[in-house]
Amino acid sequence: MASKVFGSSVKRKEDPRLLTGQAKFTDDFTLPHMAHLAVVRSPYAHARIKAIRTKKAAAMDGVLGVFTGKDMKDAGFGPIPCAWVVPGSNAKTPPYPPIALDVVRYVGNAVAIVVATDRYVARDAAEAVEVDYEPMPVVVDAKKATEKGKPQLHADVPSNLAFTWTVAGGDVDAAFRAADVVVSERIVNQRLIPNAMEARAALADYRSATGEVTLWVTSQNPHIVRFLLSLDTGIPEQKIRVIAPDMGGGFGSKIPHYPEDTMAIFASKQCGCPVKWTETRSENYRGTIHGRDHIQDVEMAAKKDGTITGIRATVWANMGAYLSTASTGIPTILHGLMLSGAYDIKNIKEVVHGVFTNTTPTDAYRGAGRPEATFMVERLVDLVAAKLKMDPVEIRKKNFIPPFTDGHAVATGITYDSGNYVGALDKALQMLDYKALRAKQAELRKKGEHIGVGFSTYAEICGLGPSAVAGAVGFGGGLWESAIVRFHPSGKVNVFVGIQPHGQGEETTFAQIVSSELGVPVEDVEVFHGDTGQTPMGWGSYGSRSTPVGSGALMGAIVKIRDKAKIVAAHLLEASVDDVEYADGKFAIKGAPSKAKTIQDIALMANVAWNYPKGLEPGLEASAFFDPSNFVYPFGAHAAVVRVDVETGEVRLERYVAVDDCGRVINPMIVEGQIHGGVVQGIGQALWEGAAYDDSGQLLTGSMMDYAVPKADAFPLFELAMTETPTKVNPLGVKGIGETGTIASTAAVYNAVMDALAPLGVTQIDMPLTPERVWRAVRDARR
Amino acid sequence: MRFPVSLTVNGARRRHEVEPRLLLVHYLRETLGLTGTNIGCDTSQCGACTVLLDGKAVKSCTMLAVQADGASITTIEGLAKNGRLHPVQEAFREKHGLQCGFCTPGMVLTACHLLEKNPKPSDADIRHGLEGNLCRCTGYQNIVAAVREAAARM
Repeated sequence: MASKVFGSSVKRKEDPRLLTGQAKFTDDFTLPHMAHLAVVRSPYAHARIKAIRTKKAAAMDGVLGVFTGKDMKDAGFGPIPCAWVVPGSNAKTPPYPPIALDVVRYVGNAVAIVVATDRYVARDAAEAVEVDYEPMPVVVDAKKATEKGKPQLHADVPSNLAFTWTVAGGDVDAAFRAADVVVSERIVNQRLIPNAMEARAALADYRSATGEVTLWVTSQNPHIVRFLLSLDTGIPEQKIRVIAPDMGGGFGSKIPHYPEDTMAIFASKQCGCPVKWTETRSENYRGTIHGRDHIQDVEMAAKKDGTITGIRATVWANMGAYLSTASTGIPTILHGLMLSGAYDIKNIKEVVHGVFTNTTPTDAYRGAGRPEATFMVERLVDLVAAKLKMDPVEIRKKNFIPPFTDGHAVATGITYDSGNYVGALDKALQMLDYKALRAKQAELRKKGEHIGVGFSTYAEICGLGPSAVAGAVGFGGGLWESAIVRFHPSGKVNVFVGIQPHGQGEETTFAQIVSSELGVPVEDVEVFHGDTGQTPMGWGSYGSRSTPVGSGALMGAIVKIRDKAKIVAAHLLEASVDDVEYADGKFAIKGAPSKAKTIQDIALMANVAWNYPKGLEPGLEASAFFDPSNFVYPFGAHAAVVRVDVETGEVRLERYVAVDDCGRVINPMIVEGQIHGGVVQGIGQALWEGAAYDDSGQLLTGSMMDYAVPKADAFPLFELAMTETPTKVNPLGVKGIGETGTIASTAAVYNAVMDALAPLGVTQIDMPLTPERVWRAVRDARR
Repeated sequence: MRFPVSLTVNGARRRHEVEPRLLLVHYLRETLGLTGTNIGCDTSQCGACTVLLDGKAVKSCTMLAVQADGASITTIEGLAKNGRLHPVQEAFREKHGLQCGFCTPGMVLTACHLLEKNPKPSDADIRHGLEGNLCRCTGYQNIVAAVREAAARM
């Protein structure tokens, strides 16, 4: 790794097409003879479908067909499978028909589809479909849905309990009996709407002559979608090609395999033409998954000296009306296993109830389970500190797992790879000038001004993950990755990967890796992804896995290329292989560096094979698969400084300091960008964002007019720094950085607001901390 | 019923007969095939569909094609000249002002208009000026840096 390319802020290869309008997103594709699909959606959260009258719609000019759930079922299209069923949880997976058959269970549930020659006509015709509903009682709150006498969504799921999962380590009850202090809290980790700027789309082109289908779709994991489509469409996997082209963000919301994927294929098959569906934003708010939505009853036990001895929690996780693709893994494996946070907490027990309600299904949203864990732990730590009158920094330092490089097992049964939590916090304190900040705070308090400082010292689990673990925890697939490196005769390189980056910049960082390791310029490398017809099997981009797992596969292929190139070089140099060494793109005879062949020389000879080692396969191409031995565990220390106007309730973010550690950094510019974006999403949860349903199951935040996506003017300049603690889990020592900002920042900001309001005695306000809620809390405290 | 529209798009004269309800953004994307202009919402919040109409940044999902009759429009496809990126586009690349790139065409064109009105904006001016454009990836910090950089270059 002599090259300076690794670790430098190479400008992104993705940018030119995105900056000039030459990128191709799914809705940008148009095929000859293409029709448009519109979905008729339920306005009721729970109702029996009495009748669907399609005649009027079907008679409209340009309408090619109107179809119901029964039509799809009769054509052999089955329910949407749930691909993650956590074992030992008594999980129920009631069928999720792509179009409702008898009962609708959330507002936005598909009832019928219309196919027409024109986008506008399809919408007109969808409006003309008449549906008679018999409304049924509704439940939207996950805890209430488990109570007696509440409406039951699915016939075979009593108390609406989709699953109950427990994680336990140590002896929690003993820890609480022996505790000097116990704090308890009801935390509502509110429902969020992911808001990828590009909504979803699907374009299906079914050819009846061959039985093959191509689906262009907004997906973070086209190979998973292909696999699942083979199960629910009845089309064999080898005849399905899934292409995920340029994609306008995902944040988890484009992991699931959605009903519209199969609707488009069904419609293309029925109508004999390519069919495109493009989601509107208001459809996206109702039909694309939501995230979070936990009610958490939590307690923490500690000794007088601040030693934290236990966490005990019961969680009601709102799963929505059906189990989405990866849904059951989010509030369990990706949440419950992380309750030790960055601390050595010996006794942990959590019971998680996954609950069906009459709401849009939930699934992975940036952070996916870990923000809900981090917020819980970081809030409880602050509550213990307040009770013991300790500084929040002091209690964190007292309980941190000491620096480690070779693994550290925690009470939940997992083993963190490497960490230096105190190192990250010390750096953040230095950047904050913490002592001076506290002095200033005390001074301002005397003047009646409310400044608060909040911390979040997180550790998270990502880089999913060892496939054997995936299988053991009920994930219906592997979690390894793949890469093909192909040298062309001209010495230029194509890389094909199973991951599906959509904003994270791996087209650039993977080219940097190839450049560093094989000595070709970054501009000579193009990385292809997102097309099952072109790229090797892989499990996609989510769980901050693309770089830590994908680069492992890439390194495997690179090593194979180097080994083969060495043999070719030895032949061309008339030397023995052992006498050839590689450095900076050149294969030279040891001790005679002038006698060398470049990787480009070798690529040409390998491709033409004119003067070539006997018995060696021609070509310079290698394929590799990488299954990591463990997850990776990035960590860091985030701190927020806020000013609260107690008269208006307004919270103003004054400073935000983020120290993160993702192991070795390939491209600092890209890493910082990931942190910026993640931090803003987490702050959005703390201060503004929240999906709201009324008691009848109507989504009150049904468009961007009512849901507060953060805007540019709400933020100061973030102050970032990195520490570097490599992992041994993958060849390059890298950890994921895609979600850390979101995982960390919500708690930091929340803790800062509570710190600001501490003199008034306010200790709890449900998120988001909107001016109204803060104002009410201050008013109530003053009474 | 169809109405004639005649407008200039990226310097080329275009004439079509369109449905009166056709949104300008659909005219650009589907009638003209200029898919660089993206659609991010139905309610004029996100600004992904922003184009320059007679030099002003407008949200093309909030305007009918017939309302643009006679206007001169610049879309993201028309911003780079002779294969050279516009300084705002260059600055976005230099400062990593984009990730997924979906909001980028609207963000870049809004920034062009902002700098036209205020060639030396403060960070607060930039943040305020970008209020009508949402980005879910970048956290805005590098977009602000890009607009600052573009101002210095222009």
